[in-house]
Amino acid sequence: MLRAAVPLLGLPLAGAGIAEEPTQEPGSPGEPPPGLALFRWQWHEVEAPYLVALWILVASLAKIVFHLSRKVTSLVPESCLLILLGLVLGGVVLAVAKKAEYQLEPGTFFLFLLPPIVLDSGYFMPSRLFFDNLGAILTYAVVGTLWNAFTTGAALWGLQQAGLVAPRVQAGLLDFLLFGSLISAVDPVAVLAVFEEVHVNETLFIIVFGESLLNDAVTVVLYKVCNSFVEMGSAKVQATDYLKGVASLFVVSLGGAAVGLVFAFLLALTTRFTKRVRIIEPLLVFLLAYAAYLTAEMASLSAILAVTMCGLGCKKYVEANISHKSRTTVKYTMKTLASCAETVIFMLLGISAVDSSKWAWDSGLVLGTLFFILFFRALGVVLQTWVLNQFRLVPLDKIDQVVMSYGGLRGAVAFALVILLDRNKVPAKDYFVATTIVVVFFTVIVQGLTIKPLVKWLKVKRSEHHKPTLNQELHEHTFDHILAAVEDVVGHHGYHYWRDRWEQFDKKYLSQLLMRRSAYRIRDQIWDVYYRLNIRDAISFVDQGGHVLSSTGLSLPSMPSRNSVAETSVTNLLRESGSGACLDLQVIDTVRSGRDREDAVMHHLLCGGLYKPRRRYKASCSRHFISEDAQERQDKEIFQQNMKRRLESFKSTKHNICFTKNKPRPRKAGRKKKDGVANADATNGKPPRDPGFQDTAAVTLTVESEEEESDSSETEKEDDEGIIFVARATSEVLQEGKVSGSLEVCPSPRIIPPSPTCAEKELPWKSGQGDQAVYVSSETTKIVPVDMQTGWNQSISSLESLASPPCTQAPTLTRLPPRPLGAEEPRAALDLLSDPRPSFAFPPSLAKAGRSRSESSADIPQQQELQPLMGPKDQTHLSPGTANSHWCIQFNRGGRL
Amino acid sequence: MGSRGSHATVIPDGDSIRRETGFSQASLLRLYHRFRALDRNKKGYLSRMDLQQIGALAVNPLGDRIIDSFFPDGNQRVDFSGFVRVLAHFRPIDEEEAGIRDPKQPEPLNSRMNKLRFAFQLYDLDRDGKISRHEMLQVLRLMVGVQVTEEQLESIADRTVQEADEDGDGAVSFLEFTKSLEKMNIEQKMSIRILK
Repeated sequence: MLRAAVPLLGLPLAGAGIAEEPTQEPGSPGEPPPGLALFRWQWHEVEAPYLVALWILVASLAKIVFHLSRKVTSLVPESCLLILLGLVLGGVVLAVAKKAEYQLEPGTFFLFLLPPIVLDSGYFMPSRLFFDNLGAILTYAVVGTLWNAFTTGAALWGLQQAGLVAPRVQAGLLDFLLFGSLISAVDPVAVLAVFEEVHVNETLFIIVFGESLLNDAVTVVLYKVCNSFVEMGSAKVQATDYLKGVASLFVVSLGGAAVGLVFAFLLALTTRFTKRVRIIEPLLVFLLAYAAYLTAEMASLSAILAVTMCGLGCKKYVEANISHKSRTTVKYTMKTLASCAETVIFMLLGISAVDSSKWAWDSGLVLGTLFFILFFRALGVVLQTWVLNQFRLVPLDKIDQVVMSYGGLRGAVAFALVILLDRNKVPAKDYFVATTIVVVFFTVIVQGLTIKPLVKWLKVKRSEHHKPTLNQELHEHTFDHILAAVEDVVGHHGYHYWRDRWEQFDKKYLSQLLMRRSAYRIRDQIWDVYYRLNIRDAISFVDQGGHVLSSTGLSLPSMPSRNSVAETSVTNLLRESGSGACLDLQVIDTVRSGRDREDAVMHHLLCGGLYKPRRRYKASCSRHFISEDAQERQDKEIFQQNMKRRLESFKSTKHNICFTKNKPRPRKAGRKKKDGVANADATNGKPPRDPGFQDTAAVTLTVESEEEESDSSETEKEDDEGIIFVARATSEVLQEGKVSGSLEVCPSPRIIPPSPTCAEKELPWKSGQGDQAVYVSSETTKIVPVDMQTGWNQSISSLESLASPPCTQAPTLTRLPPRPLGAEEPRAALDLLSDPRPSFAFPPSLAKAGRSRSESSADIPQQQELQPLMGPKDQTHLSPGTANSHWCIQFNRGGRL
Repeated sequence: MGSRGSHATVIPDGDSIRRETGFSQASLLRLYHRFRALDRNKKGYLSRMDLQQIGALAVNPLGDRIIDSFFPDGNQRVDFSGFVRVLAHFRPIDEEEAGIRDPKQPEPLNSRMNKLRFAFQLYDLDRDGKISRHEMLQVLRLMVGVQVTEEQLESIADRTVQEADEDGDGAVSFLEFTKSLEKMNIEQKMSIRILK
C-alpha cells in the first residue's frame, strides 16, 4: 500500500514544480513564442479533481489490500485499518511536504462525504424494524444525547474546577458544554462500520444504528446553541435564549424530517412518470436525495435527518416504480458511494490526526473525557433502558445494554464539528481538537477491535437469517391484522392500531398516487415472497438437477440450450439406430424450413418469457457487502424449469397425474408431424395454402386472446415488470370451448391483420428447406419407441375415425382444392379436438387441449409485440394440467411445421 | 380509561376470571369498562352488532373472523368472561410466571400453543382441524390486495399449503401449522403490551 501511496503523494509536488515552468516560458519576453507545443503539462487545470480521484483510488486499493487477507479483516474492523493507514499516509505527507496536507475539511465532509453514507443507511433501513423500535430509538437519540452532552460537559468542567485539567486550557462551563455536545453524539459512520461486521441481532442493531442517525438533529442543535452562546459570551445569554434553544431543537429535527419527507414525496412522484426514460431513474434518486440534504443544510435544519427520512420514505414507492435495472443501479451506486465516502473519511481522519500544529495535548482533559464519555454513556443507557423496559413488550436485557453502551462510537462528525470551532471564540480549541481525535481513535480502534470478541463472549443474540416461507409471511400478516383488531376491541389505540391505520391510508391514497398502476399490483408482500420462493426453487432445482435433465432428456422443450444437446444426441441416435420411430423421411424433408422459423419463434418466445424478475431487495444495512444476489444465476432455463416443476407438482397433488404429461405431448407432435407429412404427400403440387387450416384456426384464436391481453395490458406493462404467473387469457373464455369458437371464426381469417405469426406458420409449407428433420425425428424417436406405440396407434386411429366440424367450413378456404380438404381438414381439426384424449388420462381433455393450443398461438404475437410478460403469464398460470402441455406444444409446433 | 368510576364497579366473578386469564386487576377493570362501553343497551352481554360497530374493525380484513371468534359454537352473545377469555390470548407471556407454572394445571390462555390455536381457528372456518386449500385461498383473498388476480391467488394458496403440508393430505393441520411457524417469535408477535 505504501509503495502505491508514495508516488501518488509525490506526484502533486512534482507536478506543482513542473507546472511552474511552462507558465513562465511564454511570458518571458526575450524568447519567441514557441509555436505549437507538442507537449504541455497542465497540472493546475486538473489538480483538484485529479487529487480527489487519486485519493479515492488510494482508498479503494487499500481496501483491496486489506481484504486480501481474510484473517486480518475478520479480526480488525476495516475502519481501524483505514484510520491506521491514514496515520501512515499522513506521516508520509508530513515528511514529504513538510506540512500537513489533505486533511478532512469540514466542508468537504458535510457536503460530499456524509450524504452518501446517510442516504445509503436511510434508503436501506429495514423500515418495519425501525418503526417497531421507534420509541426506543428516539429516546436514546434525544434523551440519551442530551444526557451525554450535559453530563460530559458538566463533569469536565467539574474536573477543571477540581484542578485536574491544566490551567492553560482556558474554558468555561459553556465551552465544556459545547465540547460535550460535539463529543457526545454517537457517530453513524463509525457505528455502521463496526456493527455491520458484528452481526448482532436486528433489534439491537437497529436501536444503536437508528440512534446514531437520529441524534444528528440533537447534536446539530446543541452544537449550534452552545456555539452561539459561547460566541455571545455567557453574560449576555438570556432566559429567552435558552427557550429558543429548546424550540430550535424541535424546529431543526421536525423541519429536517419534513424536508426529507417532502423530497421523498417528490421523488416517488417523479419516478412514477419515468416509464419512457428509464435511464435517468437512478440519477433522480440521487439528485433528489441530495437536494433534500442541501435544502436542509441551507435552512440549517438537520440534514442527516432529512436524508434519512427521504430514503426511508421514498424507498417503497421508488422501488416499485423504477425498472429492475435501475433498482440494481441505485443499489450498487449507493453502496459504492457510501463505501467510498466512508473509506475516505476514515483515511482522512487518520491523516488529519498527524497534524500536530492543530492540536495541543492535555492529559487530564483527554483521560477525563475518555472516562466520562464511557461512563455516562453506560449510565445513560442503563437508566433509559430501565424506563423503556416498562413499556417494551420485549425488554432489553443486560447484555443488550452492555453492547449498546460499548457500541457508542464517536467518529468523523465530532471531528468535523470540532474543527469548525472558531479559535478566537473558543480559546481551548486546540485542546478540544486533540481530545476529540483521541476519543475518536480510541472508540474506533479500541472499541471497534474489542466489540466483536465482547459480543462473542457475552453470547449476544446474533442475527439469524432464515429463508422466508410463504406461511410465515402470510401468518405474519394475519398476526398484524389480528393484533390491530384486538386493539380495536380493547379500545386501546396503540402501535398496531396506528400501523394498521397507516397501512390502510397508504394503500388507499399514497400508493395509488405514488405508484404506477402496474407496479402497484406487484407490491404485495405475500406475492413477493411467493415470487422469490419460486426463483429460489428454480435455482436450487437446476443446481442439483442439471444432469438429471441431460440424462433423461425429458422436459427439454423449455430449455433452449438443452434443445441443441438433445438434438445432436438424438440425431446420432437416429442415424445409428436407423430410427424405427422416424416415420417418414419425407417428413424431414418437407418440414425442413420450418425449423428455422420455429427456432426463431421459440427464441422470441423464450426471450420474451424470460423477463428480468422484479425483485425487492431486502433492506439491509450492510454497506460493504451486498447480500449475494441470486440474480445472475437466474437463467432462462432455470425459470422455466422451475415453472415446469411447480406445475408438475401441482398436477401430482391436484390431479394425481404424474409424469404422463411429457409423453403425450411429444406423441401429439409426432402426429402433427405426420399430418404435415400427409399434407405434403397429398398436396404435392400446392403445398403453400393447403395445410393452412390448422394455422388459421390457431391464428384466429390468437385474435381473441390478444384482445384479452390488451385488456390486461392496460396496466402499463413494462419491459421488466416481473413475473406474473396468471394467464388472463386462460380461464373462462378459453375453457368454454374455445376450439369451437375459433373454428367458427376461421373462415374469415383475413380479418386478422397479417401478422408475422401467420406468415411464419405458413412458411414451412411454402418452402420445404432447412434441417427441421433432425428436430422432428428427435421428438419421435424420443417418444414413440418408448412404450408409447399403442398410444400412438390409438390416437392415429382415433384421428382417422372421427368426423370433424371444420369440414363444413372448409369450402370457405376457396383456394384449397377439394382433395386436400377432404383429406386434411378433418385431420387437422381432429388434431385440435381429440388429440390428447385417447391415449392418456388427461382429465379436462378437450377444453384444455384447445386451450393450450390457443394459448400457444397467442404467445407468439405477444412476443412480437414485445410484451414479454404475457407469454409467461399464460404459460405459468394455466391450471397445472395444461401448462405443461402448453410448453410442449410450443415445442412441438416446430416439429409439426 | 380505567380511572373513571373504577372504585364503584364490581366485576362479576372477578376473581375467577382473573385466575383463569391471568390478567391483572387493573387490566381487568379496564377491559370491563371497555366491555360496558361496547355494550350499547346495557344488556350485560355483547352481540355481534356491538362488535361490528367498532369502526376500525369493519375495514380490517380479518375483522369478521375475529368477531366470530368471540362467538364460538354459534352463540349470539358473549358475556364478560367470554370476552376476556378471548382477549387473554394476547396477554404477553410473563417469563417468571412461565417458570413456576404447575405442570399439572392447564396451559394458560396466553401460552404459545393457545396463541397459535387462536390464529389457526381464524383460518379453519369449518372447524375440521385442518386448513384446506380452499380456506387458505379465502384468507389470501382477504389479505392480498385486489391487484392480484384469482389465478395468482390460487397458485399462492397451492404453494402455501404445499409448503406446510407434511403428510400430503392437501391441507394444513394444526401440527403442521405450528411447525411452519417454528422459527417465529409467536410469544412476541401475538401479544399486546397493554394487556398485562
